[in-house]
Amino acid sequence: MSTKPVIGTDKRLTERQDLWWLEPLLVAVVLTSFVIYTIWAVLQRSDFHFGPYTSPFYSIPFTSAEKLEWLPFSPAFLVIWIPIGFRATCYYFRRNMYRAFFWDPPACWVAEPKRSYSGERKFPFVLNNLHRYFWYLAVFALFFHIYEAGKAFFFEDGFGMGLGTLIMLLDVTFLSLYIFSCHSWRHLAGGCLNCFSKHKGRYTLWQRISQLNEQHGLWFWLSLMTVWVTDIYIRLLSKGILTDVRFF
Amino acid sequence: MSTVTFKVFRGDQNGGELQDYTVEVQEGMVVLDVIHKIQAEQAPDLAVRWNCKAGKCGSCGAEVNGKPTLMCMTRLDTIDTSKPVTVRPMKTFPVIRDLATDVKWNYEANKKIKPFAPAPNTNWVMFQEDVDRVQEFRKCIECFLCQNTCHVLREHGEKTGFIGPRLLVRTASLEMHPLDVENRLDMLKNEGGIGYCNITKCCTEVCPEHIHITDNAIIPLKERVVDEYYDPVLRFFRRLFGSKKRPELSQAADD
Repeated sequence: MSTKPVIGTDKRLTERQDLWWLEPLLVAVVLTSFVIYTIWAVLQRSDFHFGPYTSPFYSIPFTSAEKLEWLPFSPAFLVIWIPIGFRATCYYFRRNMYRAFFWDPPACWVAEPKRSYSGERKFPFVLNNLHRYFWYLAVFALFFHIYEAGKAFFFEDGFGMGLGTLIMLLDVTFLSLYIFSCHSWRHLAGGCLNCFSKHKGRYTLWQRISQLNEQHGLWFWLSLMTVWVTDIYIRLLSKGILTDVRFF
Repeated sequence: MSTVTFKVFRGDQNGGELQDYTVEVQEGMVVLDVIHKIQAEQAPDLAVRWNCKAGKCGSCGAEVNGKPTLMCMTRLDTIDTSKPVTVRPMKTFPVIRDLATDVKWNYEANKKIKPFAPAPNTNWVMFQEDVDRVQEFRKCIECFLCQNTCHVLREHGEKTGFIGPRLLVRTASLEMHPLDVENRLDMLKNEGGIGYCNITKCCTEVCPEHIHITDNAIIPLKERVVDEYYDPVLRFFRRLFGSKKRPELSQAADD
């Protein structure tokens, strides 16, 4: 049986007339900027703390980054691999990564560079199958983000709320939505079952996660932006460039 | 009434080229109407496969301005007709003639999927919540636009080690069926080639039935493959407490 597409041998890139290149370009620019900023912020080892606020990059479980000054490397390295691993293996991120950075494909119905392709069958992309393990770790790390957001209410002069508190609250809210709308979590919570009627509780949970999961991409971007903004805001406060706004 | 130029592929398995046809179009027309008008007035030998003109038979798949679509569901007011409109056959499959392609590879690849296998003496009562997921997959009209769109088939021509999104949806409809006891995970990992899918979601974008192919079929199947082959902790617990799929019943069903 011949499966050879006769018109598949032509040299057309695409006949799409819309701005198909815009989305992968924007994704590549934003993600590259975020990665460069994160590397810079992690290597700084300073200005990650102001008053009750701590940058999410330096949210270390069971201790604080200040107590780890003696480490020969930035204490942020102790935790930063967890969100990096979780995001890098995320099903939504993979779609964007393959489109923007590997052009596999750059956009739908657009020709891609002719080279060997093994998808996610071989190293390194087969490691994406470890996503659920990063999900477990991300939930663990999230609790410490929530703890840091709670601490942001307790100023030197007592209980209060500032713009930094609000930003940190938004950060943990969007991080929670992102983590708990995860495809792997959806599967583990109930998607792996074939007979929902015998597991009513897990079926209800699966339905709720499925609703959240429909906006998984939105939660990905919002949580990325709020992490970014939170670190920038705390860094600017710490450097004395900005003054925190206190609501009460 | 206005005049629009259509560049339509004319050719067969030996090759071909785009030919220009100038057509007077009316409000409400779809691309398939234009192709029929060209057939009626200018090129009676123009080959096109069609049937229902209602987006339900899945016959008239083609690429309009580079986008895989059903011609009967593509209204002219949704595309830019100020420039020539290109109509080509589906790129992934061999051309029989003009806009008609040979899609029989899909039916051959379908043979890799083990059929529905209920346990012996099955109680056939099912609850709606058990079949909701499967019913979404049953909406598929087998237009094969998703197969045409998938870059693994379209760009890399991987037709021996990968079954494509349509057949992954079919596998999902069987794997998630509450009464099925067959295990298709080995097929998915190996000859089904689910690992080739890198979740770029183009199949979902193109589905005329709006099936959430990637989120509801392919990713859940990938997770089931992870359960079986890439999660040693879960595998340990499954061996401890027993698999949910019962191979002995599956064997009995085969018999």
